[in-house]
Amino acid sequence: MQKQAIFQSKLLPYALVAPQLAIVLIFFYWPALQAVIQSFLLQDAFGLSTTFVWFDNYVELFRDPAYFASILRTFFFSFAIAVLSLSFALLLAVMADKPLRGVMLYRTLLIWPYAVAPPVVGVLWIFMLHPSLGVLARYLRALGIDWNPLLDGDQAAALIILAAAWKQISYNFLFFLAGLQAIPKSVFEAAAIDGARPMRRFWTVTFPLLSPTIFFLLVVNIVYAFFDTFGIIDTMTRGGPGTSTVTLVYKVYSDGLLGGNLGSSAAQSVILMVLVIVLTAIQFRFVERKVTY
Amino acid sequence: MANVTLRNVRKTYTGGFEAIKGVNVDVADGQFCVLVGPSGCGKSTLLRMVAGLETVTGGEIDIGGRVVNEIEPADRDIAMVFQNYALYPHMTVYNNMAYGLRNRGMKEAEVKSRVEEAARVLELTPMLERKPRQLSGGQRQRVAMGRAIVRQPKVFLFDEPLSNLDAKLRISMRVEIRKLQRRLNVTSIYVTHDQLEAMTLADILVVMNGGQVEQVGNPLAIYEKPATTFVASFIGAPPMNLMSARTEDITSQLGGSAGEAGILGIRPEDFVITDQTPSGGVALGLTVEAIERVGAETFVYGSRAQDEQRVAATPGELPPGEVIVRIPGTQAPAVGARIRVAAVRQKLHLFSGDGRTRIEA
Repeated sequence: MQKQAIFQSKLLPYALVAPQLAIVLIFFYWPALQAVIQSFLLQDAFGLSTTFVWFDNYVELFRDPAYFASILRTFFFSFAIAVLSLSFALLLAVMADKPLRGVMLYRTLLIWPYAVAPPVVGVLWIFMLHPSLGVLARYLRALGIDWNPLLDGDQAAALIILAAAWKQISYNFLFFLAGLQAIPKSVFEAAAIDGARPMRRFWTVTFPLLSPTIFFLLVVNIVYAFFDTFGIIDTMTRGGPGTSTVTLVYKVYSDGLLGGNLGSSAAQSVILMVLVIVLTAIQFRFVERKVTY
Repeated sequence: MANVTLRNVRKTYTGGFEAIKGVNVDVADGQFCVLVGPSGCGKSTLLRMVAGLETVTGGEIDIGGRVVNEIEPADRDIAMVFQNYALYPHMTVYNNMAYGLRNRGMKEAEVKSRVEEAARVLELTPMLERKPRQLSGGQRQRVAMGRAIVRQPKVFLFDEPLSNLDAKLRISMRVEIRKLQRRLNVTSIYVTHDQLEAMTLADILVVMNGGQVEQVGNPLAIYEKPATTFVASFIGAPPMNLMSARTEDITSQLGGSAGEAGILGIRPEDFVITDQTPSGGVALGLTVEAIERVGAETFVYGSRAQDEQRVAATPGELPPGEVIVRIPGTQAPAVGARIRVAAVRQKLHLFSGDGRTRIEA
């Protein structure tokens, strides 16, 4: 079969990809380039003068303990969100994979949260857990827990992790369910005849067969936790109390837009960009080859 | 070692669909039982019920004197070979075979000796460290067999294990399975839709149709005396020629007892091309429509010439008026030629008009 299309005119193929190229260049490469340039510049507080400072913004960043704290926090958040949402999603997917009455309804309902925008997720969880407005917060206090995420940094962090993980469960669920359904039922039946009890069957058959899916989702979830939690953080805690929920992405925003330090903010963006490139490279490299059974 | 007895086994799905309508089969210890029938006849469902993968909604399944209706598949002491082999794709051949033994807490040394013995028997020794995806279809099939035999179960269950193999390999594996079963002497139940596989493997053949057993017995006995027209046309290839016979023909020529229209059956291999009409037999005048020469034999597809027919017919399993005749490969009448074929009395099969009862003349 001929895979290559043959064009009569030399210009036509370029004309056909031009719109896509234009979008990529204008909306992706141009801003990225701007960020890189900006990261080498230093502006005064009023934006009246701009100096080229080479790597000073980066050097300053890596001397700032707050930045390191933010890196650690982001990694912890990512890890917690990924583990929490992956394990819940897997549990739900295994349950929903069974032949149950009305299983299609469960599946559909479990996918819904994915359609909720991150800021709305934030608002939803605030309504449940805001110390003075929250419905659940009242019960928590009734249980003797001193619940106040507006003042307690750890509780605020827990709240962010919970909300962000909850939103991601649907996405993970969808992939796990598809992964489970791709495994022939007879493999589970063979395992049942081979004397493996349900828990053992899960750990020796289901889990290894899902490992490519799990690895793929792990990377996706980390990227999600790095970047897409911005909306949730901004609506729920605005990085507070103090800086206890300031992740790398939120710091880009707060240093640049709120703090006016555009040079530092741009430098942070560039670092994040590099991180994404690394994560994506890992994903491409490993999902295709290493993690197969 | 054990015998398997099915007593009035039924399966009704929640929607009310009756997949198995009361099956009684008795498989003696060490026998090879084949369930055969067209797709959708319930044979796989029945096998899966014996395995414990489907619930039993009526009757009893007895393995080795123990009713297993409510017993988990793992505790029935059975091993099953699946149509798609159902190997664990992430495990090596060795681990695929060892898995069931390890699950039962067997010592690693014993596991090793059993797996290696099975690998030797099945000629899988060089492949023990490979993953299933690195094996050919026939090798995968042997791994599936190995996984069953290492367990040394009371009963082997086979769910169309050869249908994913190419024709040549299917024949050699068929022989291998039979030899292996003979040597191990383990009671086996084997599901297939291939009547040739069924005939060659079975000690006891169960012909199923529409969730019911049409006939149980020795394969040759079933071939020689099919109990219904369904069995008659299903067992044997090409199928038996069936034609409706008028009452007077049956009574006068065949001496049948039926006072109503019946169905006459003649196997293609029971015809000979001859001008004579054997006493009590049947002769047909045919116009040759098509010829199939396969070497050892020739199949003649003929249409009955209306003016010459001795036994009137309406459509049976064959296209209207078509008759298949098997003759030696050395002969081949020309297409369009008119021939006359006859079958002797002993080779005629007579059934009631609905095809449900065999009439012994």
